[in-house]
Amino acid sequence: MFDMPSGAEIQSIISILRAGAGYFIPELYLSALFMVLIILDLVLGGRKNRILASATIIGLLGSFFFIFQQHALPDAEIFFGMYSLDRFGIFFKYFFVLTGVLAVVISMEDEHLNAQESGVGEYYALIVGMVIGMIMMASSTDLLMMFLAMELVGLSAYALTGYLKREPRSSEAALKYLVYGAVSSGMLLYGFSLIYGMTAQTNISKISTELTQHGYDPLVMILATLLVMAGLGYKMGAVPFHFWSPDVYEGAPTPITAYLSTGSKAAGFAMLMRFFYVAVPHAVDGVEDMLGVDWLHIMMIIAAASMIYGNVVAIWQKNVKRLLAYSSIAHAGYLLLGIITMDQLGTQSVLVYLLGYLLMNIGAFYVVVMIANKTGSENVDDYKGLGKSMPLAGAALTVFLISLVGLPPTFGFVGKLMIFSALINKGGNAFMWLALIGILTSVISLYYYMFIPLNMFLRESEHNSQKDVSTGMVSKVVTAVLMFLTIYFGIFFQPVVEYAKYSVTMFGALLK
Amino acid sequence: MLSLIVFLPIIAGLIILAVPASQKQIIRIVSLLAAIAQGVIAVLIWRQYDPTMAGIVAAPGGSPAGSFQLIERVPWISLNLGSFGPMTIEYFLGVDGLSITMVILTALISIIGILSSWPIQKQVKGYFILFNLLSTAMMGCFVALDFFLFYVFWELMLLPMYFLIGIWGGPNREYAAIKFFLYTLFGSVFMLLVMIGLYFSVVDPLTGHHTFSLVAMASQENYVKGSILGPDSVMWRYAAFIVLFVGFAIKVPMFPFHTWLPDAHVEAPTPISVILAGVLLKLGTYGMMRINFPLFPEVYQAGLYVIGVFGAINIIYGAFCALAQQDLKKMVAYSSISHMGYVLLGLAAANSEGMLGALYQMFNHGTITAMLFLLVGVIYDRAHSRAIDKFGGLATYMPVYAGMVTVAWFASLGLPGLSGFISEAFVFVGSFTSPTTRPIAMVSVLGIVFGAAYLLWSLQRMFLGKRKPDALYELEKDAHGHEHIHFHDWNGKLDLDARELTMLVPLAIIVIVLGIYPMPIMGMLTASINKLVTVLAPVAMSAVN
Repeated sequence: MFDMPSGAEIQSIISILRAGAGYFIPELYLSALFMVLIILDLVLGGRKNRILASATIIGLLGSFFFIFQQHALPDAEIFFGMYSLDRFGIFFKYFFVLTGVLAVVISMEDEHLNAQESGVGEYYALIVGMVIGMIMMASSTDLLMMFLAMELVGLSAYALTGYLKREPRSSEAALKYLVYGAVSSGMLLYGFSLIYGMTAQTNISKISTELTQHGYDPLVMILATLLVMAGLGYKMGAVPFHFWSPDVYEGAPTPITAYLSTGSKAAGFAMLMRFFYVAVPHAVDGVEDMLGVDWLHIMMIIAAASMIYGNVVAIWQKNVKRLLAYSSIAHAGYLLLGIITMDQLGTQSVLVYLLGYLLMNIGAFYVVVMIANKTGSENVDDYKGLGKSMPLAGAALTVFLISLVGLPPTFGFVGKLMIFSALINKGGNAFMWLALIGILTSVISLYYYMFIPLNMFLRESEHNSQKDVSTGMVSKVVTAVLMFLTIYFGIFFQPVVEYAKYSVTMFGALLK
Repeated sequence: MLSLIVFLPIIAGLIILAVPASQKQIIRIVSLLAAIAQGVIAVLIWRQYDPTMAGIVAAPGGSPAGSFQLIERVPWISLNLGSFGPMTIEYFLGVDGLSITMVILTALISIIGILSSWPIQKQVKGYFILFNLLSTAMMGCFVALDFFLFYVFWELMLLPMYFLIGIWGGPNREYAAIKFFLYTLFGSVFMLLVMIGLYFSVVDPLTGHHTFSLVAMASQENYVKGSILGPDSVMWRYAAFIVLFVGFAIKVPMFPFHTWLPDAHVEAPTPISVILAGVLLKLGTYGMMRINFPLFPEVYQAGLYVIGVFGAINIIYGAFCALAQQDLKKMVAYSSISHMGYVLLGLAAANSEGMLGALYQMFNHGTITAMLFLLVGVIYDRAHSRAIDKFGGLATYMPVYAGMVTVAWFASLGLPGLSGFISEAFVFVGSFTSPTTRPIAMVSVLGIVFGAAYLLWSLQRMFLGKRKPDALYELEKDAHGHEHIHFHDWNGKLDLDARELTMLVPLAIIVIVLGIYPMPIMGMLTASINKLVTVLAPVAMSAVN
């Protein structure tokens, strides 16, 4: 069927790859780091958790240097249009590396994890693998590449979820995650293949051109869009693709829960934005349903359902990890609000919201780990009286939770402010209703979030069976820094918003 | 100067953070010094305040400088949002007649609050940090002239208040604290949406950009035609007015949103009750006067009758509930609801007399209710109970206390010569003058009668007559045959001690002086109130349209 490529063709392929490699340095660097970590694990004997973790942190931080250098490069599509370098991608590179670093920092703290008999050998390597996958999810411009990137994230995540081998909860979570993941990957792939069938293209901007120029069957298109949305909705943890998340979040090691609920979710959003903004034709100048594909309305329903379901069901949760899992479903809803405005302000606010969510959510999980070390429990009832024995952790957790509610002066408030501004600026009745739902559900969220500080500060502990684990200096500093940043960016958010704006300019005319 | 008065408590809070928790006295003194410094600044502001400058809206030409005083205005956040042009949030403070009274009241009540927090022994450090945070937030609300800044301060109040009730409160404190939090948050989240909507609808005449400035928002000519809350968007303007009104009404609290208040008061420790009744409730009516009414004057005019009716319900219903209470503190809490009804009634009158009465009533209610709650705290400290029926004859044994109670009680029921009388009289003059509220005012007068009833009845049951058989104290005779009383578990001075007198005597003096010569406060208000009435008048609006 295929002719063997001639020598000249091979030459040109090699030169394209070479040219592309210059735009791919952070990813290459991280891949090298991945291998170095595996080798380190093999070479070092005995208890090596700390060394491996420190190496991972230093390695990940090192990648900031290479990412920073990419600011000097022009936007480019590389590797035959499979992959791109642009400001949007760079934003998420920073974002995911930072998430990875914080995940490692939490992991170092987690005694449960470090008490594993088998050690944490490839654990840190897998975290780096996930960082690479998430970065690629945010930068891929080709259906195949998108799928591969998503699988890379998925596979690392399944292994990480089940990392507590002796714990049935963890294994159960991993299996559930795997099964749901496999189904949703299948749906995503099915959607992609339908699109490929319609257009004979895999590059997303070419797909868009093809669709607008030659038209398409609206029914097939809406089916394809739905399937893709199901695949991505699973990554984002939005209703009705959320069923895995409470169990997985509860069973996984806490650092991985934190990592999944911020990193993996953000990667899903990055890919959603790139795919739907670029590939799927949409009504750019206010003409609704221009081409019969009404994915915006579907997404509105998903957003509303996520906000309501996540916030309402969270009320009955007693396990803090599970509570945060439901809250993360709700936050997926808020984030979707920014996307459906389909304008620059909305997109920008999604990025701001994600940054805020990164700080406050990881911060909250960090404190949950510290408390679990002390009490051996993640149950809200065991948080009673902890505000007295761990004042800093208690204060920090309160700040993170207040930020998750979206009260000023915190970063979470800025995210909500931006998103609601985008909705109100947009006008229309549907957007107003969504804003109303968003506002009302955040009042509900106050109730269950405040349940944790309520136990910590308002109630006295009934029994004094707490282990006397004094939290180390490092964790105190990390908590304090995260808390400070959550408040600082809540008051002086100008740089964050401006950087987010700079990062979304590449969508240009695609957004109003 | 305003920045200093706002942020002094937070600075004190940061200092306290560095003080070890065992140094309780240092923590208390640092807080007290900050509050006193606030008081000194408030007095300085009061001294240099020019009562002829009206405020409310910008001076002709659009600049707030000729109208507001002590303005501090720096850009805080300025974002370039592409197609919307720059988004600027300003750090914008200033005072006019509306806010200056509240600034003075807040400074005064903060000092009283700190003094009355002296006996608190549980987690002193945390308590005073939260108290100072609350103090900053309250003061910030009254001087903020940027809606965004106002909103930040407004929300900042909730968390400290939640913990102050929740940790240092009574047996049912968890319920009261979360109820307070949820109610007020429910009221304020809509404010966020309205605030954003207003931002997209209002243009600052000086810069030509959208703005959060409340001064620009108060002039109807600054609204952009065709914007979401612009002059032609009738439906959204009504919706925005109503949700803002509900948000503020929850804070007042106005019937039927009042149910959090008795719970919060009963559970809160004395100083927090003082702050809550003395300052926090005023934020609701202040918000109406500063934001809700001037921004949507045509809706306000259309809703006068409704506001008046709710005011009357508050007055009568609050008084009836107070009449039925066995718990002295609950009675005072309901009397608060009743007295805030006068403020609403005055606002509904929409004329200078009514508005002046309303604002003056806010100040007087702040001082009088602070006294009431302090006095309730005094008896609770001694008897560990507030059941009205469990005393009797106290006047004989605690004469100074009984004297103070009499002053406060009579001020509360509006006895001529005390400050409450003047403000209530103005409210009634105003509401009888306005044809809309005249029938409502006629009904509301009954509130005074019921008010006198529950206050005098409680006075009689507790202080007059003889010791009740099941009273909470024992009678003892000393060697000379004099009768004394003794409370269980109370080893302090039986009658008011020095600290309690320090708090109560100045308040009593203020109540008496302002009842005889109200001009020190009222003189500052008149220009602003007159301006507010013209801004709200239907004539002014038709001129714009």
